[in-house]
Amino acid sequence: MLELIVISTLNGVLFGMLLFLLSSGLTVIFSMMGVLNFAHASFYMLGAFFGFQLTKWIGFWPALVLAPLLVGAIGMAVERYGLRNTHKHGHVAELLLTFGLAFAIEEIVSMIWGKSPLDYRVPALLDFPAFTVFSTNYPAYKIFMLAVSVAIFVALLIVLKRTRVGLIVQAALTHPHMVAHLGHNVGRVFMLVFGVGSALAGLAGVIAGPALVTQSDMAASLGPILFVVIVFGGLGSLPGAFIASLVIGLVQTFAVALNGSLASAFGPLDPSAGPSVLSDVWNVTVAQVAPIVPYVLLVLILIVRPMGLMGTRES
Amino acid sequence: MTTKKTSTSKVAAKSAGENLRFYGVWLIAAIALIVLPLVFPSGGSLTSFSLIGIAIVFALSYNILLGQTGLLSFGHAVHYGLGGFAACHMMNAVVAHDWPIPLPFIPLFGGVGGLVFALVIGWVMTKRAGTVFAMISLGIGELVASSSLILRSVFGGEAGITTDRTALPHMFGWTFGPQLQVYYLIAFWLVISAIAMYALTRTPLGRISNAVRDNPERVQFIGYDPHVVRYIAYCFAGFFAGIAGGLAAINFEIANSAYLGAIQSGLVLFATFIGGTAYFFGPILGAILVTYLQLGLTNVTSVWQLYFGIIFIGIVMFSPGGIAGLLMMHRPLIRAGTLWTVIPSYLVAIVPTVALACGIILTIETIARYSGGASNPINLFAIAFNPVSPVTWVTAAVLVVGGFIVARLTWRRVAAAWDRAATVARDRGYLA
Repeated sequence: MLELIVISTLNGVLFGMLLFLLSSGLTVIFSMMGVLNFAHASFYMLGAFFGFQLTKWIGFWPALVLAPLLVGAIGMAVERYGLRNTHKHGHVAELLLTFGLAFAIEEIVSMIWGKSPLDYRVPALLDFPAFTVFSTNYPAYKIFMLAVSVAIFVALLIVLKRTRVGLIVQAALTHPHMVAHLGHNVGRVFMLVFGVGSALAGLAGVIAGPALVTQSDMAASLGPILFVVIVFGGLGSLPGAFIASLVIGLVQTFAVALNGSLASAFGPLDPSAGPSVLSDVWNVTVAQVAPIVPYVLLVLILIVRPMGLMGTRES
Repeated sequence: MTTKKTSTSKVAAKSAGENLRFYGVWLIAAIALIVLPLVFPSGGSLTSFSLIGIAIVFALSYNILLGQTGLLSFGHAVHYGLGGFAACHMMNAVVAHDWPIPLPFIPLFGGVGGLVFALVIGWVMTKRAGTVFAMISLGIGELVASSSLILRSVFGGEAGITTDRTALPHMFGWTFGPQLQVYYLIAFWLVISAIAMYALTRTPLGRISNAVRDNPERVQFIGYDPHVVRYIAYCFAGFFAGIAGGLAAINFEIANSAYLGAIQSGLVLFATFIGGTAYFFGPILGAILVTYLQLGLTNVTSVWQLYFGIIFIGIVMFSPGGIAGLLMMHRPLIRAGTLWTVIPSYLVAIVPTVALACGIILTIETIARYSGGASNPINLFAIAFNPVSPVTWVTAAVLVVGGFIVARLTWRRVAAAWDRAATVARDRGYLA
C-alpha cells in the first residue's frame, strides 16, 4: 500500500508538472489575448514529432533545443497571419480558427508520420534507473522531465514577475494602448508571447514524447484535459493552473492505480438481477473510471465555484 | 434567423408579396424533397439524401445555440448520440412489449432523450457564455463519451445497441425496410423540424435569444435573466439534436459511442459555420456541403478531413458569415443592378485562384502518397502525377507560389470593383 502511494505520488507529480508546462503557456496566452488556443495541445504534439524526427537526424540534445524553436516559429506565424486578422471578428472567431488549426495539424501529422505510434526512445545518456523504490526502478529520464518542468516553471515566474520584459507583457495585458503609447510594439509583444507559449508546448512535447506515446492522436487525447485544468484552476490564473495541474495529475494517477470497485468493497450485487445500470456502476473499477474523473471534477467545481479554484472573474 | 426585418411601415401589398414568396420557398423545398428520389432513384443517392437530411436537422439544431444564442458548443453530439440511444431503446422496447407505436413516431423519443439530458446538465452549463461555455461543453462531451464505454448495459460498450426498424408496427402498410421509405420518413421529420425551428426564431424567445447573444447586460436590464434564456435555448437545441440522432438510429439501425464523440461534435460545428450562422438557410447549405464532401471525398482521397480543416480555416479567416453570408452579400447589388460590374473581376480572379487551389491539393496529395511511391499516382483532372518524381514537386510549387502571387493581384481588383458597385448600390439606397 505504501509502495502504491509513493509510486503514484511520484507519477502524479510528474504528470501534473507536464500538464502545468502545457497549461502555463495556454494560461499566459489566454490572459494576454483573451482567446483559448485550441491548438495548444497540437503544438505539443508537433513538438513530440519534430523531436522524434530531429533526434533521428541530429540527436536528442540538439532536437531538445531546435524542435521547440520550430514550434514557436509556427506559433508566431499563426498569430501574425491568422489570429491577428481574425481578431476583428471577435473571440469566438479566434477560438474557431484555432479549432480548425488543431484539426488540420492532426491530419497533417498523421499524413506525414502515419497513424501508428512512433519508436521515439529515451536518449542513451538518460537510459538508466536513477533509484529504486520498493523494488521498482525509477528511470532517470522521468527525473530529467521533472527537473525541466520545474526549471521552466521557475524561469517563467521569474521572467513574468521580476524582469522588465515581464512588466511590459503584464502591462500589455491590461492596458495595451498605454503600453503602445510608451513606445512598445504591442502587436510584436503579443506575437512573441504566443510564440513563447507555443514553444513551451513544443518543449513539453519533446520531453514527453519518449515517456508517453508519440502518436497522431496524442493532442486529441490530451487537449480536453488541458482545458479542464484551465477551467478548474480558474481562467487566466497561473497559480490556479499550477494547483489544478497537480490535483488532476495526482487524482488521475491514483485512479489508474486503484483496482477496487463498489462490488469489491461491499460484495457483488444479487446476480439474478441481470445486467443493469446499477450493476455497471457497482462493478466498474476505479481504474476504468480514471478517464472521466477530471471531467467529473470539472462539473463539480462548476456547481460549487463557477469561477474555478483561483479565478477572480466571472467569464 | 434572417436579418430580414418586417417593418410595419411597408405597403401592405408588398408584404403580401413577400409572404407569398416566403411560403413559396418552403413549398418548393417540400416538393423538391418529394421529387428528389424520383429523379435520382439509385441506392447510393438515396443513402446520401438520407444522411444529408439528418445532417440538416442536426446543423439547424446546432445553430439555435451558435447562431442565435451565441453559444459555441464543442459537445453538441452528446444530445445527438443520446437521442440515438433513446430511439434505439425505444424501438427495442416497442418490439418487446408489442406497444402500438409505429416507427414514424420514434424520432420524437430521440428528441426527448436529447431534451432530458439538456434539462439535467444545461442549467450548470449555461451559467456562463463565451469561452467558458465552449470549454465546459467540451468537458461534458468528453465525460459523456467516456461514460458511454463504462455503462455497458445502456450503451452497449464498443459494439453499441442494434435494433430492427422493420419489426415495429407498420403505418399505411409501410414496412420501412426499403431505403426509399426511410428517406421519406427523414424528409418528413426534416420539414417538421425545420418549420418548428424557423418558427422558434420568430417567437419572443427567439428574439430574446438574439438579444442575449448580442448584449446580455441589456437583456438583464429589461428584466430577463440571460441564464434562463440560454438554458431554454439549450434545451430546444438538445431536443432537435435528439430528433436528428433518432433519425440516424432509424437509418443505421444502430447507435454506438461514435455518435456521442468529439468527431461528431466537430463535424456539426464545421457544417454550421461553413454554411453560415447568420441566416436560417446557412446551416442547411453547410450540412449539404459537408455531408456531400464527406461522402464524395472519402472515395477520392485518404486525407479528406484535412480539406475540411482547410476549408473551415479559410471560412473563419476570410468569410466569417459562411457561404450564406457570401451569397447574401450580393443581394443589395442585384437589387441595385450593379452586380454585372463585379462579375468580370470575378471571372478574372477565378483562374489564378483555381490554380492556387490545384497547387495546394497537389502538394497535399503528394505528401500523403509519398510513402506509397510511384505505385500510388495522383489523378488530378485526369492528369496522372507521380508522387516521388521531382516534376510533381516543381509543378506543385509553381502552382502554389505563382497562383498565390497572381491571385492576390486579382483579389485586389475584385475588392476594388466590389467597392465601386457597393458605392453605387448605396447611392441608390439598397445598401445601408
